[in-house]
Amino acid sequence: MPVLPLLGDEAVAQAALDSGLTGMYAYPGTPSTEIMEYIQRSPLAAERNVHRKWSANEKTAVEEALGVSYTGKRAMAAMKHVGLNVAADPFINSAITGVIGGLVIAVADDPSMHSSQNEQDSRFYGKFAMIPMFEPSTQQEAYDMTRYAFDLSEKVGLPVLMRLVTRLAHSRAAVRTADTPRPQNQLRLPEDPKRFVLLPVVARERYKILLGTQAQLMRESENSPFNKYIDGEDKSLGIVTSGVAFNYLMENFPQGKVPHPVVKVGQYPVPYKLIQKLFDEVDEVLVIEEGYPFIEEQLVGLLGNPKVKGRFTGDIPRYGELNPTIVAKALNLPAGAVYDVPDVVVGRPPQLCPGCGHIDVYVALNKVMKKYGPGHVFSDIGCYTLGALPPYNAINTCVDMGASITMAKGAADAGLHPAVAVIGDSTFTHSGMTGLLDAVIENTPITVIIMDNSMVAMTGGQDSHAAHRLVQICQGLGVDPEHIRTITPLPRTRDQLAQIIEEEINYPGVSVVIPSRPCVTHTVSRKRKQRAQKASK
Amino acid sequence: MKTDIVLSGVGGQGILTIAAIISWAAVRNNLYIKQSEIHGMSQRGGSVFSHLRLSSEPIASDLIPYGQADLILSVEPVEALRYLPYLKKDGWLVTNIAPYVNVPDYPKIEDVIREIEKVPNHVYLDANKLAKEIHAPKASNIIMLGAASPFLNLKYEDLEWAIEKQFARKGEDVVEMNKKALKLGFDEAKKLFNLS
Repeated sequence: MPVLPLLGDEAVAQAALDSGLTGMYAYPGTPSTEIMEYIQRSPLAAERNVHRKWSANEKTAVEEALGVSYTGKRAMAAMKHVGLNVAADPFINSAITGVIGGLVIAVADDPSMHSSQNEQDSRFYGKFAMIPMFEPSTQQEAYDMTRYAFDLSEKVGLPVLMRLVTRLAHSRAAVRTADTPRPQNQLRLPEDPKRFVLLPVVARERYKILLGTQAQLMRESENSPFNKYIDGEDKSLGIVTSGVAFNYLMENFPQGKVPHPVVKVGQYPVPYKLIQKLFDEVDEVLVIEEGYPFIEEQLVGLLGNPKVKGRFTGDIPRYGELNPTIVAKALNLPAGAVYDVPDVVVGRPPQLCPGCGHIDVYVALNKVMKKYGPGHVFSDIGCYTLGALPPYNAINTCVDMGASITMAKGAADAGLHPAVAVIGDSTFTHSGMTGLLDAVIENTPITVIIMDNSMVAMTGGQDSHAAHRLVQICQGLGVDPEHIRTITPLPRTRDQLAQIIEEEINYPGVSVVIPSRPCVTHTVSRKRKQRAQKASK
Repeated sequence: MKTDIVLSGVGGQGILTIAAIISWAAVRNNLYIKQSEIHGMSQRGGSVFSHLRLSSEPIASDLIPYGQADLILSVEPVEALRYLPYLKKDGWLVTNIAPYVNVPDYPKIEDVIREIEKVPNHVYLDANKLAKEIHAPKASNIIMLGAASPFLNLKYEDLEWAIEKQFARKGEDVVEMNKKALKLGFDEAKKLFNLS
């Protein structure tokens, strides 16, 4: 068995390849990006010609993966937690159609919001869609569960959710992998040709089938090798835990010997019988889980149960990610820091790289916006969101992918002038184009600045769908070609850029300004990578 | 054997390279490792850290508990102090003293050094200056690794071997330069011990 040092993300990717993957679909997003990147680097993926190009967004990724599954072959879609909001429509409905080839959706949550705008817990989506779900504790489990998930997906005919969190996704450990990868599936179309046609008449039947499968999913959970009852002598307390929270529990006891009975949940739905057994044996139950109190809320419901405590009851802090120290405190074990952070330590927020083209745009934009006062610039998700911080203080919003254009339009509809949107090239092709079409249809007076650095820079310089197409796309959407202005943002073109922005703000309709210059940081690392690839050939 | 290390610095200073080298050396000794990294937004000129755990027994948590790190190895002095809550009482603080000033309210370096000296087991040196002296301005991270090498519970030869492994693709010159940097950091740290 080959042993590889893998990130949690990479373990999922390697397992997908070893399970006979045919297509990998994803949009970059921290902490999920390395799943696709690993497959893009994998010699096995190249040899088998596994699909491994980025998708425009998470919704198209899940739909494309469902298309692969429709042909009987195996597919994976990967995204960060908020990406699942974008993909929610095909995600929920793929549970209604069901799958033919195994379909695993890997979603990486970001508790404590290291690189995200919320810390939503994807397990709610799994329950919402009524599909099986896995939550690994270790890199090895990430590998083993993903392989198991593909088989289970085909066995129950449903997509399966693999839930990761930052600490596992971005932590590396040795993983034992399979000697021989499983072959890919042969092409096999659905036996029932109508099951993917979700007209109400079909959907009603399909939904009944999904409901009917729930008892089977519970049996699968109760008999799963990933759900364990670990006995302990001290029955004054029982512990229910899952994912990385299980590691933090183990960390607090020498050789991981917890004196209390523990139910470790690795596969969902929450295994009823194991939980019931624990409740029968112990006086109190502590639920330790990373993310929202998902299991705990199911145990106590609205009416509560004085026997149960955890994040829902506030016995463990509700906010932020767990760590071994928080878990120690919940168990009344001694723990904590010896040294405090000294007062001289100042914050060091991330910032735009020296020489970044976004800086030139923000300097120019600030110059123009000065006379209008604050509150006119709607922005989006990417490196350029750092323009909200000093010294720029140039933008006023960042909500979700694409919301710059649409919020600017709404504000313009409400009478705000000027209304300026600032969006990156890849965010624009992810979710900005449809919003721009809304504005074109009404010729809403907004000025859209597409900050084109020709890649997805924030997540490490992945390919952007917008590459060399922005002008064409905007023209195609119906923006007047005279009001699509391109320029190279440089310190010496800042005045010219300011003038262009000023002119377009004064135009009473939709205009697009495209300051275009490749990312300073990743262009270099890309060239280095390309040279290394050439050298190794 | 168990060594819990917090690596810290500013995005781009090469702490993940240090982590990779230590990991190679640990794997050569059949140790269990867990290495947690931060990617994404925190990379851009912001504070970055990595938790690296080496052990002869299986490791449970990817994160080091507060008050339990054996070593903080930092490529930047303020970043060394930022992670002090992880350090155990008799743990070692080994840090580069050359400040990376990219925030307007960066503290006075004397105040930073005073705080470093409050930790009984500390080693600090100007790795940037040393790196310039050997005409290897990018190798300050490896100099710091050399300075911390007595506290890793790994053999010096294993670190050299790991450096070969890590930089082999970049050619013999780069390997030799980094070995030199490692040695320089090691010697400097040794000198400091003899003085104190």
